[in-house]
Amino acid sequence: MAVCTGCSLLCEDIEVALDGGKMGKTRNLCRKGLGHFKSIYLDRARPAVDGKEAGIDEAIDKAAGILKNAKKPLIFGWSNSTLDAQKAGLELARELGAVVDDTSSICQGWIVEKVLRKEIPTCTLDDVRNYADVSIFWGSDPSSSHPRHLSRFSYYPRGEKRQRGYEEDRTAITIDVRKSPTADISDEYYRVLPGGDAGLVEAMISVLDGKIPRVEDKKKLISLVTNMKKSRFGVIFPGLGMVYSLKGRKELLDALVEKLNQSSRYSVIPMVGHYNMRGFNQTLLDQTGFINRVSFQDGVESGPEHSVMEAAKTCDAALVIGSDPVSSLPAAVARRLAGMPVVAVDPHRNLTTDVARVVIPSAASGLEAGGSALRMDGVEIKFDGVVESERMTDLEILARIKEGL
Amino acid sequence: MVNAMEIYQLTPKTNCKKCGLPTCMAFAVALLGREKNIEDCTPLVDEPKYEAKLKKLQEVMEPIMGASETGLIVHPEKCYGCGNCVVACPVNVANDPRGSAIGLGPKSDKAILVVEDGVVKCLNMEECRRFGPNKIMCNACTATCPSKAIEFV
Ligand code: SF4
Ligand code: SF4
Ligand code: SF4
Ligand code: SF4
Repeated sequence: MAVCTGCSLLCEDIEVALDGGKMGKTRNLCRKGLGHFKSIYLDRARPAVDGKEAGIDEAIDKAAGILKNAKKPLIFGWSNSTLDAQKAGLELARELGAVVDDTSSICQGWIVEKVLRKEIPTCTLDDVRNYADVSIFWGSDPSSSHPRHLSRFSYYPRGEKRQRGYEEDRTAITIDVRKSPTADISDEYYRVLPGGDAGLVEAMISVLDGKIPRVEDKKKLISLVTNMKKSRFGVIFPGLGMVYSLKGRKELLDALVEKLNQSSRYSVIPMVGHYNMRGFNQTLLDQTGFINRVSFQDGVESGPEHSVMEAAKTCDAALVIGSDPVSSLPAAVARRLAGMPVVAVDPHRNLTTDVARVVIPSAASGLEAGGSALRMDGVEIKFDGVVESERMTDLEILARIKEGL
Repeated sequence: MVNAMEIYQLTPKTNCKKCGLPTCMAFAVALLGREKNIEDCTPLVDEPKYEAKLKKLQEVMEPIMGASETGLIVHPEKCYGCGNCVVACPVNVANDPRGSAIGLGPKSDKAILVVEDGVVKCLNMEECRRFGPNKIMCNACTATCPSKAIEFV
């Protein structure tokens, strides 16, 4: 059995036939996961320095040189690396006095932080499978982003206290701006207008307080909240839709969950994307007391000025591990990054490796190298590689760069 | 999904009875129910003037002819491989308490639906509740599919 690192569900029941060392037929891997597995045969990065192919040793030396000479290096990425590689990277960051950040700082970070700091209750996905009777997909569409979420945990499987199947035992509710594929198969779909999540939360709280909500379709909302309240074990799975929409009114999420917990039991599991984003946030929190946006320039500091968006303006070199910020971040930030010496460590070629001064190809974790990671619910999952590879792991590369300093 | 009227439009519409049925419309209905094959209409196959109709009919009938005995059709190009159908299928659940019943990939050889190479695949179709003389109109696999990749004719 192999583990899929295609998303933060880290499915552990994957069967892969090996055919002369190459991947053959797979079982239980969803389409997204299959794409992830097949990616090891496509578009691989090659070691390069200044746009020219180079030996791996030369690339590592050059990388160490760039980082050592930088006054304020940025280390970005992290969420596609194993827990051990993340720890090694943080040692390197301390030694360099670097600024570290990951994509959580512009997406799920604030909800993950509430969960990791235990400000809102959470539970494991195994609890969801065994006990949950209401699953709420809020601004998330797992059918597209985490394809096996509903079948493995949140809607269809039988569990200890959920023996009778989804029709009788569970209710799935989707709250979203559009009728997504997940909404199509949920019991209830509630449409929220873009940016309307804060208003909806306030209206829900009014209903829970026994007041008449100020929304157009009062009946529909009251029936939704009544269903939510009936639950004995409810779980909210917030996705980017909710994350962005509630950003300015974060306290509303706490208020709603607290209210729901007065009459029922509700937990929150953020739908993080990358397979080990939660692992990075947890590791950094354990080590520094912050989940992202940390500077090691002068002791340990955290703040918005150390987010990748700001740091890209003030840093003078960057080490990017397993991420493609040049294509995923806003154009202005991407331009800044592209303008500084970048060291890219990645299994694949992408826009960031294309602009990087140094490219160090790495083994794809979970596929060519083992390790462990935290699933979206914080449970640690260990895995081995599936196929043999000559490429170095992130862990080895980071250790070699550190030696090279 | 194609209907009997559309199929009728693609027959010779001569009611010649060579297919063993009294009318072309009856043939269209039989074709849809997979009681007849396209080749049973000999004029359509033999006479060159029906070539375009034959081609079109073969095209629209292809997914239906590919359907299993129970009428289940899978469109692999639409499938996410999410496994919802695998886990919701009551036969999979009954035959496979340690696998599909609890959300994992099937561990039993008797599973009807499995996800292989990223898309759903039907095995052991004879286990399906819609199969045979005592069939039950189960729709757990189609009702749980987020991408309409699975349907019945
Ligand atoms: S749901 Fe995620 S972890 Fe599971 S097989 Fe699909 S991509 Fe891989
Ligand atoms: S053989 Fe063809 S043309 Fe003749 S009745 Fe049957 S369907 Fe119509
Ligand atoms: S119709 Fe019912 S028994 Fe047959 S494959 Fe679908 S879910 Fe399973
Ligand atoms: S047929 Fe539908 S429910 Fe079954 S695996 Fe494919 S997408 Fe999922």
